[in-house]
Amino acid sequence: MSSNKVIHAIYNDDDVLMDAVHKTRAAHHHIEEIFTPFPVHGLDKAMGLAPTRLAICAFIYGCIGLTVATTMMNYIMISDWPQDIGGKPSFSYIQNMPAFVPVMFEMTVFFAAHLMVITFYMRSKLWPFKQAENPDVRTTDDHFLMEVSVHDNEAELVKFFEGTGAVEVKVIDKH
Amino acid sequence: MYTFSSKLKTFSFVLMIVGILGIGYGFLTAPKDIHEVEAILKAEAESHHGGGHAAAPAHEAKAEPTTHEAHAEAATAATSEAHAEPTAHDSVAPATEAHAAAPIAQTQKAETAAHDTHDANASAGHDDHKAHAEHLLHQLQNKPWAALYVACLFFMLIALGALAFYAIQQVAQAGWSPVLFRVMQGITAYLLPGSIIFFILLLLSGFHFNHLFVWMADGVTDPKSANYDHLIAGKAGYLNFPFWIIRAAVFIFGWNLYRYLSRKNCLAQDEATDNSFYKKNFKMSAAFLVFFIVTESIMSWDWIMSVDPHWFSTLFGWYVFASFFVSGITTISMVTLYLKSKGYLENVNSSHIHDLSKFMFGISVFWTYLWFSQFMLIWYSNIPEEVTYFKTRIEDFNLPFFGAVAMNFIFPFLVLINTDFKRISWIIVMAGIVILFGHYVDFFNMIMPATVGDQWFIGIPEISSILFFFGLFIFVVFSALTKAPLVPKRNPFIEESKHFHY
Repeated sequence: MSSNKVIHAIYNDDDVLMDAVHKTRAAHHHIEEIFTPFPVHGLDKAMGLAPTRLAICAFIYGCIGLTVATTMMNYIMISDWPQDIGGKPSFSYIQNMPAFVPVMFEMTVFFAAHLMVITFYMRSKLWPFKQAENPDVRTTDDHFLMEVSVHDNEAELVKFFEGTGAVEVKVIDKH
Repeated sequence: MYTFSSKLKTFSFVLMIVGILGIGYGFLTAPKDIHEVEAILKAEAESHHGGGHAAAPAHEAKAEPTTHEAHAEAATAATSEAHAEPTAHDSVAPATEAHAAAPIAQTQKAETAAHDTHDANASAGHDDHKAHAEHLLHQLQNKPWAALYVACLFFMLIALGALAFYAIQQVAQAGWSPVLFRVMQGITAYLLPGSIIFFILLLLSGFHFNHLFVWMADGVTDPKSANYDHLIAGKAGYLNFPFWIIRAAVFIFGWNLYRYLSRKNCLAQDEATDNSFYKKNFKMSAAFLVFFIVTESIMSWDWIMSVDPHWFSTLFGWYVFASFFVSGITTISMVTLYLKSKGYLENVNSSHIHDLSKFMFGISVFWTYLWFSQFMLIWYSNIPEEVTYFKTRIEDFNLPFFGAVAMNFIFPFLVLINTDFKRISWIIVMAGIVILFGHYVDFFNMIMPATVGDQWFIGIPEISSILFFFGLFIFVVFSALTKAPLVPKRNPFIEESKHFHY
């Protein structure tokens, strides 16, 4: 019934915000989301968010890039048409490998970087023409907003957040 | 204050004693004159070939090491020539086969060519044999010297690498590292004894106790001498003993002076009432880094590149620098972990360790970048006067040459890429041991091919030299660590460093 209602507690200082996050977690209120104008160091730890696995993705993508480069050059330069180009030994991949290393390196970096960025966009649902989601325009400038869901305890929650140093506490009906 | 554990002290003495005995053994067992070499050659020829050319099939079966054997087989100078110059094959045996048959076929052709020439010049063969035996004698006599030289240089440069890292930390006003300054100063304490021993080795080379440096041999610059070498004579303006030894003295003096004054100021800063000693150290470190990079580059030409006086490479100085810089950082990391595990560094947390591991990782990759850049440029253009450097290394030092890349790049890259692993002591120690061994092998690869050639082996002289200098290193470093508190008191960044968190 009232599960659509959320509290928006707004702060104007990241230290106060961090403090409020600790208090909210201690009081076992579930934080839905926090909006900040800039990265607040340690906020993810305070909220108890799981660490990102983006770096692991990047490593795997890099391995894929290396494989693509190796397979491509082995096929083109060694298997398909092993010409003598300026005396370079094209009898086996390993014999001519130093010449391939720059491409192998660049492809590894290219795949690791670009696929990781695309993964990031997909996982954080970012794309051109995407509808912006900020609940209060001030959160992109100088205010911090914590969103907490309400379960029949509206008055208690409002009182709680006013005690955490919030400059503004609003109850919003979310659709 | 740190107290030198008696166990570690005993351990270092044991290392030094075992090392000295092994070094002595190495010198005693090196052949003294040409007759001993003749005996070795004879024994080798008998055991390898069971009586000469009749054993040709056996020969073909192990086609790879033939370079080696063909040499020992009293072949003529033509053998080595046929090996060195690809064109020689074509002129002897017109290339009717496809090129694809590559190395084995080439070796065999060269073999045949060598034998043909041998038969033709049967009379000249005797002189060549004598020249070959003399060549071998020099290589075998060089072996214990080169073993000593590599180990001495390696440990001295570890201290120098740590000193460069320390100076960079000072100049960069790093906020994380001041809690490690005393550890770094402990490690750089080895620079003085290490460089004195090294300087003595240089003097011994100069006074012809060994043949490590070809350009020092008698008569190389004298057109009338049989030893005359036109290329070396052309470089004699730079490569002459007085100038060379004076340069060495200046470099060693400059580095030790910085290390001494910087340590003195750092201790004085502890008792000072203002930051004047800190500022002095800052300025001095900046000046030292300028001096260092110039002298480091010249040092690498003088002490390492000049064992191959016919060869030159422009990025050699950087390459050598990367090698000992990463070794120095690894040593800092390992000494820190040791002291921490003994409970002496309470302010050092896993973030400091993490930072050091990042440096180990990053500079390992930097070393690889330079290693590959040097190798690939020369391999690609394949200019004969440059490429022989890598040809001898790939043919005679295949495992150490490529093994160094595995130990210095692939292993640390895969192990230290993980953030969590960069904080786990046993992983860092394991990676550190591999990196340090890898860079020893790297220096081995730089010195040995020119001094002992295909006679190399990591045997008693090499291992004992490492043990001796390792023992001395432990003794000097940990003695120095007992001389001052392990945390600087009044460094402007010390509080930040104590609470460093990444």
